[in-house]
Amino acid sequence: MVPVAWYLLLAALLFAIGTVGALTRRNGITIFLSIELMLNSVNLTLVAYSRLLDDRTGQLVVFFVLAVAAAEAAVGLALFIAVYRHRRTIDLDRVNLLRW
Amino acid sequence: MIETLIFLIFAALALASALVVVLHRNPIYSTMSLVVTLISLAVLFVLLGAPFIAALQVLIYTGAIVVLFLFVVMLLNVGREEIGEQRGLVQKGAAVVGAAAFLVIVGLTYLEGYGGAEMAPLDEEFVSLPGLAAELFGRYLLTFELVGLLLLVAVIAATVLAARPRPAVPAEGGALAEAAAVEPATEADERGAGVVTERPDGEDRLVASGGSAGGAG
Repeated sequence: MVPVAWYLLLAALLFAIGTVGALTRRNGITIFLSIELMLNSVNLTLVAYSRLLDDRTGQLVVFFVLAVAAAEAAVGLALFIAVYRHRRTIDLDRVNLLRW
Repeated sequence: MIETLIFLIFAALALASALVVVLHRNPIYSTMSLVVTLISLAVLFVLLGAPFIAALQVLIYTGAIVVLFLFVVMLLNVGREEIGEQRGLVQKGAAVVGAAAFLVIVGLTYLEGYGGAEMAPLDEEFVSLPGLAAELFGRYLLTFELVGLLLLVAVIAATVLAARPRPAVPAEGGALAEAAAVEPATEADERGAGVVTERPDGEDRLVASGGSAGGAG
């Protein structure tokens, strides 16, 4: 039987990788992919805790996270399309009109 | 121990492909290796006694969301050339140090708290789908309905955001075509209306893409 700490550590590692990606990349799509990675690592944590505590609530939360991630991806990618139409780029260093 | 072996294989696969997602310069490769990460995580979900979540992961994440990503990557044609000079070393170093600090803190907490924790063997009741469904449509029914509403709002928002604002001339052409359709017109009239309503090809394609981006979500 695999100890639950291994799952939790794997999820933390994936979350850290996603954080580094979201903070260092400039391409909007790659940043978005990193955020999806972080969402998924949290899902793994939730399922691992659900197993540890023998409580299905964690799995239900994962279900809702999946639905919200789908909505987020649809809106976010539509935003990228709109930005690309105006600026001809999705390099987030060059989309800086609102940045101080 | 076959379970440990499966865990190790898919954990390594998930980590390696997650690194590719973050490090690869080409967004298409990043997206494809995200698929590998997601499917590896789905295997781990099965190991943790959540086969329904694993199926959802494969169906929704890799089947819908990642395909949407791929679609947008190819539509916008952001290849290697979009990625110019790298970000500053300071920013990269700060991100890596911050992530490492997070990892150390959380990892120590996990090892301290659950280092020796043994999970109870899987029982039938925990894995069963009817139990999950009863909880989802019982205690969480309102949340479930709200999620449906959220998805509807997201679809509308995506369609509105991605749709190109219609220029004035085709709108006028549309009115003309309508008038032509109302009363039986001569052949020449119909041909004229047809010419006016025609739009440039590129525009049509972008509008259509906005619609499918919303639909997939």
